[in-house]
Amino acid sequence: MFTLITRQPFLFLAAAALLTVTGLFGAAPKKTLKVGFAQTGAESAWRTANSDSMKAEAAKRGIDLKFSDGQGKQENQIRAVRSFITQGVDAIVIAPIVETGWDPVLREAKRAKIPVILTDRTIQTTDASLFVCFIGSDFYEEGKMAADWLAKAVSGKGNIVELQGTPGSAPANERRKAFADGLAKYPSLKIIDAQSGNFERSGGKQVMEAFLKKHGKAINVVYAHNDDMALGAAQAIEEAGLKPGKDITLVSIDAIGEAVKAVAAGRINCTVECSPLFGPKVYDTIAKVLAGEKVPKKSFNQDELFDATNAAKALPTRQY
Amino acid sequence: MKSRSTLPWLLAGLALLIGLNLVANPAFLKITVQDGHLFGVPVDILTQGSRTMLLALGLTLVIATGGVDLSVGSVVAITGAVCALMLNTGAGLAATVAAAVGAGALAGGGNGLLVARIGIQPIVATLILMVAGRGIAQLLCGGQVLIIANPAFEFLANGFVLGVPVAPLLVVALFVGTHAFVRRTAAGLFIEAVGDNETASRFAGLAAARVKALAYVFCGACAGFTGVLTAANIRAADANRAGENAELDAIFAVVVGGTALTGGRLSIMGTFLGAILIQTLATTMYYRGVPPAVAPVPKALLILAVSLLQSEQLRSRVAALWRRKEAAS
Repeated sequence: MFTLITRQPFLFLAAAALLTVTGLFGAAPKKTLKVGFAQTGAESAWRTANSDSMKAEAAKRGIDLKFSDGQGKQENQIRAVRSFITQGVDAIVIAPIVETGWDPVLREAKRAKIPVILTDRTIQTTDASLFVCFIGSDFYEEGKMAADWLAKAVSGKGNIVELQGTPGSAPANERRKAFADGLAKYPSLKIIDAQSGNFERSGGKQVMEAFLKKHGKAINVVYAHNDDMALGAAQAIEEAGLKPGKDITLVSIDAIGEAVKAVAAGRINCTVECSPLFGPKVYDTIAKVLAGEKVPKKSFNQDELFDATNAAKALPTRQY
Repeated sequence: MKSRSTLPWLLAGLALLIGLNLVANPAFLKITVQDGHLFGVPVDILTQGSRTMLLALGLTLVIATGGVDLSVGSVVAITGAVCALMLNTGAGLAATVAAAVGAGALAGGGNGLLVARIGIQPIVATLILMVAGRGIAQLLCGGQVLIIANPAFEFLANGFVLGVPVAPLLVVALFVGTHAFVRRTAAGLFIEAVGDNETASRFAGLAAARVKALAYVFCGACAGFTGVLTAANIRAADANRAGENAELDAIFAVVVGGTALTGGRLSIMGTFLGAILIQTLATTMYYRGVPPAVAPVPKALLILAVSLLQSEQLRSRVAALWRRKEAAS
């Protein structure tokens, strides 16, 4: 409804464990690399972690990062990109607030021969040569990882109930499709019921209460499209006199701090991360582009998975 | 009270819905005792519906004055945040609840001021807080979901007294109290008079603006307590999601319950049943396994059906059609 909540599924995503930094930057350039980053703003914890990752990684690699906070307005971002061009940066990174209206300023960047990389959200343009590549989160892969983990954990057998996100939203669509595709290999893993909990805690709790009464002990697994719903479902399971994580296996996505804690405590069995830590991947890509290597037009940030084996260890390094 | 009550039609709609559920699943109304408390679908409906009921209770009085309060959902988010902040800094339960209800009443007072004293259209006046309220809640929460770990606080929403869930008990008590207040005192008459014709009621010596403003304060206080229940229910204050679109469900409950959107007529009992209807509907969707993508459609159809059942005009037209047929044959 408002710009603040359009990215709801991501709002409270946790920051991530460190991605391994590949040695691609080994051949350090003689002059300091200048990169301009036009961020959307600071509307959520996910976004803040995203900004911090870009800044911290730049400091680590000795990159001179010009950071601009768009405060939720495209005009601020466009102004920032223009100032990056006049400052003669080596590369420009944009996390576009909206999809349209970028062509003129991107053409200016192209004329100045400055490569532009889009992160997190993509844009609509008739001329795809205006930006080098897009780096985003892969909702599909997240759903796939959840399915694969689950198949292994319950040895390919069980009845699943699915708590879906807001109908029609991209993460809900992708996470649903990916999970179903992932399960196709395991005929004894069945989704017996699915309802939308709107990515909300109270939604997850309410739907789970109904599922527990409808299916009773037949439910072996809960797959939730985000952690909030999984946490709500865990509560409903407890209130029905069962043990979440033991009597019913819970798998979810996002890896917000509270969920990772719940995984460590055994209330949730697994959560797949939607990482905001784009820094390393973005700078790796810039290095490749400047070195004249070809990069894929569309690539995704690598996501991690937390279960009983690594959650407790990851907790201290979580950023929130 | 006017004679053309819509209550029987609402009851018919509710009975129809429950009947359909019973046909599909005979255990729909079964209540058992588990871990020393009541357990079953009707218990869920009452517990989960308690928040909509409470929002709708406050809205009933506001709507009866011919107004509306769109900000209640945002007030829920704000007061939930207030609860989290208070409890996490070590405040007691009573102080926390009082602060939350107080904050809600304050928000309602602001709405009342804009509507009753300054004369801004209620939809516009309360839209301001509806939009700004989420921002305020976000600011209070610092953009995060604040976790609340306080068993006494959680008890308000999820606890049981002698096996009966606490939240619906509290809400039913508030309904009974409000019903007594509007029907046993002149308050209900004042509210309906102001809603029916503000000018006339003022000439009759009623402090119309004050009655209106107080209705908004009451509505805000109800939303404040709903914020308490919402936060207690999920043990967290979620500035983004708490109370999202809750105003729409609550307004539906009020209107389907027989309170006129144009003002001048209110029914506390109707609001209660209206809220139960909407929650039963939500629960039915989960039980019937309606795919989430199409779930809004049956919901809309049932709302339409109940509204049609209640429409005096439609009923008299159908009756007229019937009579003409009989006359022709």
